[in-house]
Amino acid sequence: MSLDFSRYKNDFPILNRKVRGGNTLIYLDSGATSQKPETVIEAEANFYRTKNAAVHRGAHLVAEEASEVYEGARENVARFIGAKSDEVIFTKSATESLNLIAYSLGNPESKFHLQPGDEIVVSEMEHHANLIPWQQLAKRVGAKLTWFKITDEGRLDLSDIDKLINKKTKIVAITHQSNVLGTIVPLAQITKAAHAVGAVVVLDACQSAPHFAVDVKKLEVDFLAFSGHKVLGPTGIGVLWGKAELLDHLEPSLFGGSMVDSVTMQGATWAKAPRKFEAGVPNMAQAVGLSAAIDYISKIGMDKVAQHEHDLTKQLISGLQNISGVQVIGPVDMKDRGGVVSFTVDGVHPHDVGQYLDQFGIAVRTGHHCAWPLMRRLNLVGTTRASFHLYNDENEVKVLLDTVSKIKDYFKVSK
Amino acid sequence: MELDSLYQEVILDHYRSPHHKGLSAQKDIQVHHNNPSCGDEITLNLIMDGRFVKDISWDGVGCSISMASASVMSDLLIGKRYEEATKILGAFVELMQSKGQSQGDEVILEDGVAFAGVSKFPARIKCALLGWMAFKDATTQVIK
Ligand SMILES: Cc1ncc(COP(=O)(O)O)c(C=O)c1O
Repeated sequence: MSLDFSRYKNDFPILNRKVRGGNTLIYLDSGATSQKPETVIEAEANFYRTKNAAVHRGAHLVAEEASEVYEGARENVARFIGAKSDEVIFTKSATESLNLIAYSLGNPESKFHLQPGDEIVVSEMEHHANLIPWQQLAKRVGAKLTWFKITDEGRLDLSDIDKLINKKTKIVAITHQSNVLGTIVPLAQITKAAHAVGAVVVLDACQSAPHFAVDVKKLEVDFLAFSGHKVLGPTGIGVLWGKAELLDHLEPSLFGGSMVDSVTMQGATWAKAPRKFEAGVPNMAQAVGLSAAIDYISKIGMDKVAQHEHDLTKQLISGLQNISGVQVIGPVDMKDRGGVVSFTVDGVHPHDVGQYLDQFGIAVRTGHHCAWPLMRRLNLVGTTRASFHLYNDENEVKVLLDTVSKIKDYFKVSK
Repeated sequence: MELDSLYQEVILDHYRSPHHKGLSAQKDIQVHHNNPSCGDEITLNLIMDGRFVKDISWDGVGCSISMASASVMSDLLIGKRYEEATKILGAFVELMQSKGQSQGDEVILEDGVAFAGVSKFPARIKCALLGWMAFKDATTQVIK
């Protein structure tokens, strides 16, 4: 039987608002960004009300307190992903985290400096944020970009893993869970192959860390990125985690205040990680907001969140499969599958599907979901995507299914 | 419901059976436009006869609004003098920017007035303008 999550909904003020057609918002776009509980909104506002000062700078009391809560947020994030505090770097977003690590790995003074002919492996189902930084890195250093294909079912195709991950491979950058298909990738096989050839694994955890327990030690990856705003936290805060021994040997890629050990007119030396990767006054209130989000979600428990979303996903997939002319895009088997469900409606463009649902207060995402190469691979112009978080419920899935079943009639598509 | 003001019957008819779809063998110029935020694409062939729009043909993938609008645009502009076509285009753009305040001038825009409702849905205005902007781009390259 499904878990009762109904008591949490009221914690999210936006979920009470009315939208088009006088309907109460049914928010099914958490894959793009999650909604925020009141405690997160309050934590961010309270930082400005009571503790606002530049961290690690002033000698005054408020600056001390600001530094304390900012570093407290770092410890909290570290605990959330099973890491050490010094391994957690705050960025503005996962996009920035991934770019930062791509630049740092490509810096000629980093231990991992890539050479022409080296290889970087990604997959066909990457979000642009975990594809383009690697394309660009490959271009800068003359490395070669290769990728895992996907199977027709929407799983990662590992059949050529031995060829793909070879002696020339230096970086494997892969999504933990596809933001389009919901596929959770078989990470253990990938990390094993990558480490056997001395490559590092960069994990895009944008769609995993907010939805199920992620422990960097168990995953055996080397770097991991996610965005605060998808895990009930504020925008403007992202996380890059890296193994301490690797961060020690990496050059920063953003330079400026707060990241230095010493500076002369001729040059500078860096502070230790994580500080050397956090140039400038950071997004402090947002870090504190993220910390509140982690408190909130951890109190409920990631395993329960995952179970709840699993139940909703199962309900949605089987419901969609019963509507004629509707295709689920991505695995329909619930094994290694998260709460992101893409589908198409025969004869109706995704944009029109989304517009129809909007009339009934249902917010979904439509289009290519920043995964254009994946759309090309699937021969689709786009999909409609419903994605869950802990505040969604069975009734919302039911309303979605009822509404989807009427779309073809509205657009007078036969078949 | 509000949605019906967006999806007028005329629009859905053009979407289901678009006019002038399928690229001509000959052309003076071909342009390709897309809308990166939603992936809609259009390729448009233009043939001019002096200052007259002799032929427009197009192909593309996209939502009902973008495809129907390209269909209506070709119907309206083929055979028109460049100046007249530009005036119609101006009227359509103005309608799109009207935030639901304008019905559109049926004498100038004919079936195009069916898109008046689009102006209330900011995310869809770009869809409706896709074909028109392709035409504008093509003509400005041909007409010096
Ligand atoms: C799988 C995946 N990777 C990366 C990103 C980029 O995250 P952000 O836009 O928050 O930087 C997203 C979110 O859009 C995503 O879903």
